[in-house]
Amino acid sequence: MTDFDHDKMDGLSRRKVLECMTWAGTGVLWTIAGGVPYATGLIGEAEAKQAKGLTFLQISDSHVGFNKPANPNALGTLEEAINKAKALPVKPSFMIHTGDISHLSKEQEFDDADHMISQARLDVRYVPGEHDFLDEGAKLYRERYGRGAKGHGWYSFDANGVHFIGLVNVVDLKAGGLGNLGADQLKWLEDDVKHRSASTPIVVFAHIPLWTVSAEWGWGTEDGAQALAYLKRFGSVTVLNGHIHQVMQKVEGNVTFHTARSTAFPQPAPGTAPSPGPMKVPDDKLRTVLGIASVTFKRGNKRLAIIDTPLQG
Amino acid sequence: MRRLFLAAALMTACLLSIALLASPAFASDKSVTIDNFTFNPQRLTIKAGTTVIWTNQDDIPHTVASTTKAFKSKVLDTDDKFSFTFTTPGEYAYFCSLHPHMTGTIVVEAVN
Repeated sequence: MTDFDHDKMDGLSRRKVLECMTWAGTGVLWTIAGGVPYATGLIGEAEAKQAKGLTFLQISDSHVGFNKPANPNALGTLEEAINKAKALPVKPSFMIHTGDISHLSKEQEFDDADHMISQARLDVRYVPGEHDFLDEGAKLYRERYGRGAKGHGWYSFDANGVHFIGLVNVVDLKAGGLGNLGADQLKWLEDDVKHRSASTPIVVFAHIPLWTVSAEWGWGTEDGAQALAYLKRFGSVTVLNGHIHQVMQKVEGNVTFHTARSTAFPQPAPGTAPSPGPMKVPDDKLRTVLGIASVTFKRGNKRLAIIDTPLQG
Repeated sequence: MRRLFLAAALMTACLLSIALLASPAFASDKSVTIDNFTFNPQRLTIKAGTTVIWTNQDDIPHTVASTTKAFKSKVLDTDDKFSFTFTTPGEYAYFCSLHPHMTGTIVVEAVN
């Protein structure tokens, strides 16, 4: 009869467990030594204080007025998205809409969208999509959402130590080209961030993706790289876009890129369909491909946490 | 005398109605359809004086915008049309200002 070696059971020996407990004890001591002025038992509270940051929402591409087979009731699914926002356990500080608020820039469409979005009882910051500049003279968007903004509607603001920059890349588009920021806006951006500390977290939001998701489908911004160059020295940069009606995420160095779902209709993934138009899915699947996103910044974390929530599932 | 007058009036009315029926759709009008984010045909050759009618058959709005600003449509939703009569020979490049990767060309030849 061989001796049963307890130390080698299940790959986790008693010795290892004891070693782990020692490490955990040392960890607690390090935290205290790191300057947290609380005794061991109150570490949880200290962590809660440190973790306080900022949570905001991103919604996009509501296309109010759209009524084709892919979704005959874009206003209805926008309402569902707002209800979803209201039901979140942590109330966000504000909401960002990354454009294509309306489908054809009709006054009624903007009215309906505004009414529905106001039900969230949140401050909302907008950037325009190409569907928002279709009225004669492209006046309606600017009158409603562009007050205080520069040029075609770009601006910046600060919240809880995070610097937010709203850009417009849907104007003066050239034949065969992609999205466009233009020289004036790029100059403004350069000046806006020039004197900010590199430790300031930056969030940039614009309608069309600032990186090239699909050149063939025009899903990119001609001079997006120039904008990103001005932000290169910052330790934490988050780029939030819409336009493509699906979630795409990419991390490159200190930059996290994220595109949001639409609240109106999905579009195909690049290369999977002849064109990037509205994609019809079975009725019982529609709400699984529409949604909202919540973005959380925690002090001390380089990357913002982005959670995409579909309307269903 | 009255009969002559009536006959003349009837003839005029008849001629007028033939003229009216003939005017809306000239046999020389040319069509471009917009579907699946493309202009079809992408390159169209016509004679000067021809009217081109673009029809949006896609399920998303598009526009027709000349790169030299020679013509620009309002936003065209599904089934909306835009027409332009080309009187001067030349090549006219255009695109959709909402989806600029959509491009087309109208080649206008002189009438000889």
